Amino acid sequence: MSTNPKEPVNRRNFLGAAARVAAMTGVGALLGKLAGATAAKGTVWQIDPAKCVRCGKCATACVLEQSAVKCVHAYAVCGYCELCTGYFGPEPNELTTAAENQLCPTAAIQRTYIEDPYYQYHIDEKLCIGCAKCVDGCNRYGNGSLFLQVRHDRCVNCNECAIARVCAGDAFVRVPVDQPYLLKTKPTTS
Amino acid sequence: MFRRLLHLLFGLLLLSATALAEQRFPPPDFESGYQLPTPTTPAPRAGLMQYADVVVLLSALALALWLVYRTRSRRGITALSLFSLAYFGFYRKGCVCAIGSVQNVALALCDSHYALPVTVLIFFLAPLTVALFAGRAFCAAVCPQGAIQDLVLIKPLKVPAWLETPLGLIPYLFLGAGVCFAATGSGFLICRYDPLVPFFRFNGSELMIGLGVAFLLAGLFVGRPYCRFLCPYGALLRLATLAAKWRVRVTPDTCTQCALCQHSCPFGAMREPTGMQKREPLKTSRLRLATFLLLLPVLVGLGAWGGSQLATPASKFNRTVKLAGRYVRSLTTPDRFPMELQRVEANPGPVLAKAEEIRQQFLLGATLFGGWVGLVFGVKFISLCLRRNRTDFEPDPGTCFACARCFETCPSERIRRGWIPAELETARSKE
Ligand code: SF4
Ligand code: SF4
Ligand code: SF4
Ligand code: SF4
Repeated sequence: MSTNPKEPVNRRNFLGAAARVAAMTGVGALLGKLAGATAAKGTVWQIDPAKCVRCGKCATACVLEQSAVKCVHAYAVCGYCELCTGYFGPEPNELTTAAENQLCPTAAIQRTYIEDPYYQYHIDEKLCIGCAKCVDGCNRYGNGSLFLQVRHDRCVNCNECAIARVCAGDAFVRVPVDQPYLLKTKPTTS
Repeated sequence: MFRRLLHLLFGLLLLSATALAEQRFPPPDFESGYQLPTPTTPAPRAGLMQYADVVVLLSALALALWLVYRTRSRRGITALSLFSLAYFGFYRKGCVCAIGSVQNVALALCDSHYALPVTVLIFFLAPLTVALFAGRAFCAAVCPQGAIQDLVLIKPLKVPAWLETPLGLIPYLFLGAGVCFAATGSGFLICRYDPLVPFFRFNGSELMIGLGVAFLLAGLFVGRPYCRFLCPYGALLRLATLAAKWRVRVTPDTCTQCALCQHSCPFGAMREPTGMQKREPLKTSRLRLATFLLLLPVLVGLGAWGGSQLATPASKFNRTVKLAGRYVRSLTTPDRFPMELQRVEANPGPVLAKAEEIRQQFLLGATLFGGWVGLVFGVKFISLCLRRNRTDFEPDPGTCFACARCFETCPSERIRRGWIPAELETARSKE
């Protein structure tokens, strides 16, 4: 549109072409350098449950109004305890589902009777704010079957995760997009 | 009650004995045929849909080029801007974006553990390559940050040159700082201080929301303030346009130098023909050019020295360095928030070593950054002395966002489009 075809090759056109060639060479060199460091798949953010120190920042530091981090329950690790230290606050009045007994500020954990003396604990993700209170209780005194994970149906996969920046345990890692969770599993030795 | 006590006792026993064992309470064997549920794992969007982002980006770039160079339509550009704002802005929430991709590239170059997603690489390279040939078509209608500012611009005021020129250097400095921080693994400054992303997400820190509102309010009267005075990717694009083969022109026909387009660019990109400018005598400007050429290495050296002095304070922004410092201090005075220190206390060696390594990287990075600052200023001084010859009114390709506003002010363009009756044209050509 711009270079007039009648215009003779002048100094500016020549300089422009030279700069273009130089820049394209630079881009090529960059590509070559990056070839080894490029992953076809891409990555997403995830919490390494082994590193999380339950500092509670997951609830507040996410860029989303409602944190993308939620509590996840590894049922296979759970002891189905009647006195769940992730569910009940310290020294509960009684072992019932009354709110004042619960550790969770939003009553996001559903406690269901399975069989004597076992209870199942299920996280209602709509209510969970990812505050890690239950995770702390469960890890301190229980089996550690409750843990936090970035839920990828909510996470917008920020270039730099805003929670990773402040996470006290430095627990946020980039994981390959086809293995987006770091779930706790039953320990093989026990 | 008894069961509860039993549990508690059992727990205490285990706590004292095998505090580190994974399972303090053995998982039960259920008699009622209860099936263990498995935790759900919703798939990340990044799986397949990230390629959709690339397809949208490349199509939008192609469409923008076509709108700027073929149809030359402001309306088309506005429509595409609206789409890009909706897709990359509100739907993708401003992530993945070309502006931030600079940091991923820098990190990938310096940290062998970081794998650069191929989609991010494309977001980095595609707009840059286009700029290398045909100017900032990306900024015209593809970048959501650009689009939101372009759409709020109602009454552009002219920014005087004495203000515009120095402010226009900030993007280069921000680019340098962003690359330096990303390369040392200290965080993504460019993402953190993007004032427009909070609008896309309807959320953000008070500081960033405040900044965003300030930028948009200023954007009502100053064309695209973020693009012109902050955006680091814009700085790269501006450099790329130095080599651009095709330039945006007010009219593909001849410029009659009527000067009607002179004030049409809200971004101060329009340059007048050199014949219309006042110029100082050749000798003075030659002398000045020579001075600045000699000054360039001095500025770079000074900058590098200044940068190296900044290395230690700058490295404190790195989390590992900060943590190591806190740990060392906590040995004498107790720390107020000891939770963060747990992982250092468990094993201080690696963290302290890592912090030292990062300090060294910062020494190099800050020196380079300082040199870069000197270079930016030096080159700007030199470029201010260069004389260019222009016969027509034309937008400066580095500054021009290809928004197509100036086209419609040009009478030749109006005739070309048939908006001005043909008789006028024949009358004109008879003259
Ligand atoms: S205690 Fe916190 S992390 Fe646990 S379920 Fe409740 S809101 Fe979620
Ligand atoms: S990547 Fe962004 S959206 Fe996802 S958890 Fe981190 S801050 Fe939240
Ligand atoms: S910010 Fe880190 S340490 Fe704190 S609760 Fe979240 S994952 Fe755990
Ligand atoms: S200058 Fe930066 S923010 Fe503005 S349109 Fe271009 S890339 Fe986007």
